[in-house]
Amino acid sequence: MKLTGAEIIWECLQKEGVDVVFGYPGGAILPTYDAMTKYPKVHHVLVRHEQGATHMADGYARASGKVGVAIATSGPGATNMVTGIATAMMDSSPIVCITGQVGSKAIGTDAFQETDVTGVTLPITKHNYLVTKPGDIARAIREAFYIAKSGRPGPVLVDITKDAQQLTCEFDWEAAAPKLPGYRPNHTAPASEFARAAELINAAKRPLILAGQGILKSGTTNEVLKLAKTAGIPITTTLLGIGAIPASSELNLGMMGMHGEAWVNEAIQKADLLIALGMRFDDRVTGNLKTYALNAKKIHVDIDPTEINKNVPVDVALIGDLREVLAEIQPQVKKADHADWWAAINLARGDSAVRDIQSLPDSGHLYAAHVINDLWRLTQKRDTIVVTDVGQHQMWEAQYFRHDKPRSLITSGGLGTMGFALPAAIGAKFACPEKDVWVVVGDGGFQMTSCELATAEQEGIKVNVAIINNAFLGMVRQWQEFFYDKRYAATPMTGPDFVKLAEAYRLKGLRCNKRSDVKSTVEKTLAAKETVVIDFVVEKEDSVFPMVPAGADLDKMIRRPKQDVMLESGSDKEWEMPGAALPNVFAESKAEAKALNGRGKAARSSGAARKAPKAAKSTRR
Amino acid sequence: MAKHTLIAYVEDVPGVLNRVASLFRRRNFNIDSLTVGGTDQTGVSRLTVVVETTEAGARIVEANLYKLVNVLRVDDLTHKASLTRELGLVKVRVTPETRAQVLQLVEVFRARVVDVDEKTITVEVTGTPEKIVKFEMVMRPYGIAEMVRTGAVSMARGHEPISTASSVIRTAKNAADSHEHSGISMSV
Repeated sequence: MKLTGAEIIWECLQKEGVDVVFGYPGGAILPTYDAMTKYPKVHHVLVRHEQGATHMADGYARASGKVGVAIATSGPGATNMVTGIATAMMDSSPIVCITGQVGSKAIGTDAFQETDVTGVTLPITKHNYLVTKPGDIARAIREAFYIAKSGRPGPVLVDITKDAQQLTCEFDWEAAAPKLPGYRPNHTAPASEFARAAELINAAKRPLILAGQGILKSGTTNEVLKLAKTAGIPITTTLLGIGAIPASSELNLGMMGMHGEAWVNEAIQKADLLIALGMRFDDRVTGNLKTYALNAKKIHVDIDPTEINKNVPVDVALIGDLREVLAEIQPQVKKADHADWWAAINLARGDSAVRDIQSLPDSGHLYAAHVINDLWRLTQKRDTIVVTDVGQHQMWEAQYFRHDKPRSLITSGGLGTMGFALPAAIGAKFACPEKDVWVVVGDGGFQMTSCELATAEQEGIKVNVAIINNAFLGMVRQWQEFFYDKRYAATPMTGPDFVKLAEAYRLKGLRCNKRSDVKSTVEKTLAAKETVVIDFVVEKEDSVFPMVPAGADLDKMIRRPKQDVMLESGSDKEWEMPGAALPNVFAESKAEAKALNGRGKAARSSGAARKAPKAAKSTRR
Repeated sequence: MAKHTLIAYVEDVPGVLNRVASLFRRRNFNIDSLTVGGTDQTGVSRLTVVVETTEAGARIVEANLYKLVNVLRVDDLTHKASLTRELGLVKVRVTPETRAQVLQLVEVFRARVVDVDEKTITVEVTGTPEKIVKFEMVMRPYGIAEMVRTGAVSMARGHEPISTASSVIRTAKNAADSHEHSGISMSV
C-alpha cells in the first residue's frame, strides 16, 4: 500500500492506539494536517500555544498511563515545545512530540522557520529522531512510542521534513518494528542483592520506605503496602509519589522534603534503614547531602541505573522493574511491628498537629491552606484529579489535599514549570472524561498559560480552575521574606479580573474571599456544565511551613508557628532563624544562606527594638 | 580521582558523537580525551573515552553511556590488562647544528621522520600518551613549530575479544521478553 509520509504518520498513530493528539499547525507540518482529515478516529485538539500542547500530552500521559502525543510545526512551533518536553523529561512522563521540519534540501540553509530541533532537544529528550525520507517515518514513530513508554518513561521527539511528509512510499507496519540493539529498558538485579536487601530489612530497627513516582508508573501500590504491612515499616512519599500510597493509610506518614512534614524529616534522619522505591533523592528531598540520613543503610530500587549512587551512596541497589523486585523480596521479609519506632514517630507527629493551620479558628481571613483543605472535604466522595502548578499553592495542595488514589495528583515536580497546570489538566480531562479535574494554580502561573481557556471552551470540556490569588509570586516572596530581608523585588503582581477573564472566554467566573463562601462556590462550580474559573482571593503574605532552607540539614526546619500568628497580618511576622550557620552543598544556596544568617540577626535586633511583645509571641523553634 | 579509560561501541548513525559529547557536558564529566573510529563491524563505531573521575564516578559515566539509545556496549579498561596508544605529529625547528641531535633523539624514542626541509623535521611518534608527552618535552628546547595528538585509543590484551558488540538485533517484542542483566554492579 503506497501512502504519503503524512498518511503514514496518522496510520502509525492509529496503530499505536492514539485517540487524541494536541497540536498547532504551521507551514512545515501542513501536509500532515492535510492528511488528518482522512483519519477522523484520531481527535485533534487545537491548542493556543505549543507549550500547552506538550503539557496537555504530559497531563494525558500522567492521568492515563498511556503515551501522550503533541504535534507542532518547525522553528518557533518546535522551540515553544521545549519547556513542556523538559518538564516531561524531569518527571519521566511518556510523550511523543512530532514536529515538522523544512524540506531536507533546505536543512542547514537557515530557511524560513528552520531550527535544529533535534539539536535543541537532545539533552531534554530520552531520544530523538530527524526523519528525511518517508520510508523511515513508520520505524521512527514505532521506536518513539516504544522508547517513550518502556523502562524509565520519557519524552521522544520525531522531527519530520516537509518533503518526507509529501513523498509517497510503501507502508509496511510489520517491517517497521523497532530495531534498537543498544536500548536496554529492563534490568534484573542478581539474586545475591535481593538476599542482602532482605537481610537489611529483617535486621532493621527503624526502617522507613521512601515512596516515589516509580510506584505509580509500575502500578505497585498494593505490593508496597503489603511489604510495609508485613514488616511494620512506615511509608513517606515524595511530591510525585503522592497518591501512590493512600493518604488515609495508617502506614503513610505524609510527604518528605523541603516542605514535608516535620515528623517525616526527623524520622528520615533517625532511621537506620531507608528503602527507596522509585525515587531519585532529589535535592528538594534530601536537603544537605553531607548530613542526610547518616544513621541509615540504604536500599535503592530504581529502573534507571544512572540514578544509583548519583546523589546518595547506597548499600544495596536493586535495578529493575519495581513489580518484579517487590515480588522477589516479599517472601524473604520477616514479620515485624517496630512498635518503639512507631511510638517515636507518633510523638513527633503530635507536636506538629498543634502547629497545624487546620487547627486555627476561622478568623474571617481566607487562607490558601483552608481553601485547599475545604476543597478536599467537599470533593471527597467524587472521583477527582487535581492538577497543580508550581509554588506555594502546590505545596499546600500536597499538604492539605489528601490523595487516596494513584494518579489523582498531577504536578510538575522536577522542573517546577509554572504554567503547567491548566494545559496539563485539559490533557488529563481528555484521558479521564468521567472524572472531575481540578486545577489548583497561583495567579502568577495561571497568567502564563491562561490562553488555554480558549482550548477548553472550543473543545467544550469542563475543568475547574481554583486560582489561589495572593497578588504575589508567593513562593519567591516567601524566599525573599526569609532569605533576602523582605526585599520584595518583582514579586508583587497584578492580574486581570479573573471573573471577567473567564466570561470573556464565554466561561463561568466566580470570586470567593471568605472562608464561609468556599462551600457554596465549590458547589456552584461542580453544578456548572462548563469550565469554571474561581478567583480565591487569599491572604497575601502567608508562608508554607515547615520549610528546610535550600542546602540545610533535613531536620533543621523552619517550623510552623505554634500560636495563632496566622491571624496577624503577614507583614508583622518576625522569623527566628536556626541559630547554627547553614552548610552549603549547592552553589545557588550560598547567597541565600548568607542572607539567611544575616537575616536572623537583623530580625532579632530590630524585632527586639521595635516591638518586643510581638516578637516574643511569635518565637518558634 | 584517577584516569579511567572507557570503550563504547556505538551505532554509526548521524548525531551519535554529539549525543556522547552532550552527555559528558551536561553531566559535568571531565573528558581527558575522546577518539572515534571504525571497527571490523560495519555500522559500529568505537569510542575511547578517558575521564578523570573517581571509581564511583566511572560507574555513573558507564551507566549514563548505556542509557544512550545508540550505545551498544561499554567496557571499562581501567583495571584490565590493556594497550593504549596514541599518535603524535611533531614539527621541530632545526638548524644545521641541531639537526643531528634531533635525529638522534627521534631514534631514541623509536619515532619516525616523515618530512624534512631546510628548517624543520616532522616526526611521527606513537606510544602511550605519557611517551608522547615526554617526546614533546624533549623536543621543546629545539622549538616546536606545530604539533598534533590523536588522543588515546585502547584495547584489552589477550585473545578474549571484548569487542563482541551484541550482533543480535532485538525487536520490541524479544527485548521485552528477555530482561537481561546489563552486567553493571552498582552497589558499594
